Amino acid sequence: MRPFAYIKAADVESAVQAAAEPGTKFLGGGTNLVDLMREGVERPDTLVDVTGLPYDTVEELPGGGLRIGALVRNSTLAADRRVRTRYPVLSQALLSGASGQLRNMATVGGNLLQRTCCPYFYDTASACNKREPGSGCDALEGFNRGCAILGVSEHCIATHPSDMCVALAALDAVVEVRGVGGTRRVPLADLHRLPGDTPQVETTLEAGDLITAVELPPVPAAARSRYRKVRDRASYAFALVSVAAALEVRDGTVTDVRLALGGVAPKPWRAREAERILLGGLADEAAFRRAAEAELAAAAVRQGNAFKTTLAVSTIVATLRELNEEAAR
Amino acid sequence: MKVNGSVASLEVEPWVSLLDALRERLGVTGPKKGCDQGACGACTVLADGVRINSCLALAIQYDGREITTIEGVAHPLKEAFIRHDGFQCGYCTSGQICSAIGMLAEHAAGMPSAVADSGALSEAEVRERMSGNLCRCGAYNGIVDAIMEVSG
Repeated sequence: MRPFAYIKAADVESAVQAAAEPGTKFLGGGTNLVDLMREGVERPDTLVDVTGLPYDTVEELPGGGLRIGALVRNSTLAADRRVRTRYPVLSQALLSGASGQLRNMATVGGNLLQRTCCPYFYDTASACNKREPGSGCDALEGFNRGCAILGVSEHCIATHPSDMCVALAALDAVVEVRGVGGTRRVPLADLHRLPGDTPQVETTLEAGDLITAVELPPVPAAARSRYRKVRDRASYAFALVSVAAALEVRDGTVTDVRLALGGVAPKPWRAREAERILLGGLADEAAFRRAAEAELAAAAVRQGNAFKTTLAVSTIVATLRELNEEAAR
Repeated sequence: MKVNGSVASLEVEPWVSLLDALRERLGVTGPKKGCDQGACGACTVLADGVRINSCLALAIQYDGREITTIEGVAHPLKEAFIRHDGFQCGYCTSGQICSAIGMLAEHAAGMPSAVADSGALSEAEVRERMSGNLCRCGAYNGIVDAIMEVSG
């Protein structure tokens, strides 16, 4: 690994100040960053280790929401009784990601900034506009089975790989950020950017910005929610397509629905069009299919990932059907 | 760090992984270097009783922690692996056993998995919870049998 300087942050102010310097990165669990550094994809001069900062608890918010410290481990959050009861989709998403060992190391803040698993991003011998702006994109005509079909550009078709973020997108999570100018709150939907012609700019964060917490608003519909992940093997693989869904039905009519997709876009994809079609309508298979097909209508597929459109539609329909059947019981 | 019960004092550069510190600096060679990317689990150790991939852990982050490797493990799983033929080349075995010990503790503490929320440990659940440990010989059936015997 390329040598770097290491700073153990004593408090948040000094962490933010140190990280505002060019070439500096925060270090949390290291499960993604250390891996990328070993591959030569990430080449920081300095790491600021923030794991000693006091952001490792899950707290109740007034009104029924939860505030999750950015340093809470993925395994701890997945096991939290409040998460399992009120936001099962989040617990399931976390448990479907990586392995037991990695979940014990990985932090919530780090997971929000997890970088793409596109093979051309990882391979420094390949062209990748995200890794090296202007170098091209070998995924466009290459092995793009895992690549994105929504929100893509001619410069990048990489996916956002996090399962946790897909659930957070469905739950209207808000990210608390501490920067050099103070603390601000960023809706998760506004944290990640689409690639456009600057795929190397992945978030709206600025130099020095430290994610300190994620807040979940109360979402009553989430008590009946589910994360369904489709992948090439039963466990320990990135999603080809994943669906985070919460559904509330009264007298056969959809009274609330939250839907987000993973594995299909460069950011956690909130399926707003599908939600719009579903809300207030009949909760039946035909409506689920119509909504899913409308959401995927904008898909821009490549040879290797064209199957994702039909897979996404059928996974959305299956997930909503299951939730609807549970509601009817 | 405290490694297998003994205090180990060492000075390492920030880029030295916990795995390399254990193997190259302390001569504790039980944890194996497989992929060096957190994908195979051969390097699994317990940090304060919690299973982690030591290849992705920077040693400097584990200052003052208690690290347990296969050398520090006295556990019925070792015998069970032999009884059930849970290894062929043996390269993944130290990681498998450390991971299984951590996994059984997680299950006993009520931590859920993608397969089941609680209750007795099923074979399907053992496979899911152990999916971060790969065995290129394919000795999975013996590994699962050994873990099932010890868990039951």
